[in-house]
Amino acid sequence: MSTVLVLDYGMGNLRSVAQAVQEAAKGSDVRVEVGHDPDQVRAADRIVLPGQGAMRDCMAHFAQSGAREAVLSAVTAGKPLMGVCVGMQMLLEHSEEQDTPGLGLLPGRVRRFQLAGRYQADGSRFKVPQMGWNRVDLAAGHLGHPMWAGIPGGAYFYFVHSYYAAPSRPEDVAATTDYGGAFACALARDNIFATQFHPEKSAELGLRLYRNFLTWNPQGASP
Amino acid sequence: MLAKRLIPCLDVKDGRVVKGINFVGLRDAGDPVEIARRYNEQGADELTFLDITATHEGRDLILPIIEAVAAQVFIPLTVGGGVREVADVRRLLNAGADKVSFNSAAVARPELIREASDKYGSQCIVVAIDAKDNGLGGWNVFTHGGRKDTGLDAVAWAQTMQAQGAGEILLTSMDRDGTRAGFNVPLTRAVSDAVDVPVIASGGVGNLQHLVDGIRLGGADAVLAASIFHDGQHSIGEAKAFMRDAGIAVRL
Repeated sequence: MSTVLVLDYGMGNLRSVAQAVQEAAKGSDVRVEVGHDPDQVRAADRIVLPGQGAMRDCMAHFAQSGAREAVLSAVTAGKPLMGVCVGMQMLLEHSEEQDTPGLGLLPGRVRRFQLAGRYQADGSRFKVPQMGWNRVDLAAGHLGHPMWAGIPGGAYFYFVHSYYAAPSRPEDVAATTDYGGAFACALARDNIFATQFHPEKSAELGLRLYRNFLTWNPQGASP
Repeated sequence: MLAKRLIPCLDVKDGRVVKGINFVGLRDAGDPVEIARRYNEQGADELTFLDITATHEGRDLILPIIEAVAAQVFIPLTVGGGVREVADVRRLLNAGADKVSFNSAAVARPELIREASDKYGSQCIVVAIDAKDNGLGGWNVFTHGGRKDTGLDAVAWAQTMQAQGAGEILLTSMDRDGTRAGFNVPLTRAVSDAVDVPVIASGGVGNLQHLVDGIRLGGADAVLAASIFHDGQHSIGEAKAFMRDAGIAVRL
């Protein structure tokens, strides 16, 4: 029996993430918890950090929830952490959105799409937010990552975002997506894995990604 | 590249999915969860639920439906119809909706969109615009199910709603809705070219070429249709294969 905690720190719609993780855990011995209590964080074997809405609000709520220090300690201790959407952006050092500092777990910044007046290959305008299904191209250096098990390269996942991660270290990029140029849509480093897209809204392959997370044991992770 | 989206729309009345022509002669179309699952399996990119319940009291009946669908179908869900205040957004998001669509309430008080998007993020705030040809080369915004002419220019209104924080525009041609004559292409093109947020074309789909036209000619980012799918005229899979064969990037 192991426990995965979906961090609920009062931002947006975390229910959909919790439900998808619950679905992914069906038939396994993983218990899914939802909450932000530091004791819950300490007791959990794995942590999912969702995020939706404005980065500054997410960071503020995360700090106010009291879970922030416990999460940082858990990550330092090697527990697997999965960031989703703004939950991924929060892992970096800084976001252009409202000039907001992030957690700094991964070096890099979060930038806004600058696509005004530009056109896609089919002649349609680039819209911001990028909203919809786009292809996720797995990075060559991460093809064997346990989180990508059963996920074919070039598969479609669901995105909704106006800002994107620009990590400093190329080796942290686990996958890219093209929207007016390639950007990092998934990051991986040690016991951290994060996606800009929403696995909980990406049908079967999204559930597969959560299932992979529930069995992922990166080196240094607690059993 | 980003795929163009195909979105089936489910009309909900008093807690059941119904189908009919211009809201007349409504028939039960089946169990909402079962329909949602079927469309998901066929490859629908999102699902939109439109609550056409006439009474305020009846509206809460959509919440259990959204809860049941969200527990089993893992693609984005949008809910519209009768959404009046910011608190409605919270209730619908808590039930499992990903996006909430405002219509008449946004016309009555445009700052509502600013308040809702500030609180929950633009990504979950859709503004539905019902537009009708004004005979002067433009389109007026109508509310209250197409009965009330607001006098607002639809293109300018879409820009106003974007400025207030709308993350997406659901654009319905009242002239075409229910006719099966195809989308109003000039209207779709005018709005899509005028805003930076995605535009969903709605109203008038009668065959699969219409879906292609909405994207190719209208410049829509997504196309919404109801009856051609509910009637079993076409499956979602057929529609997407047709779009792909026409050279449109779709998720298959």
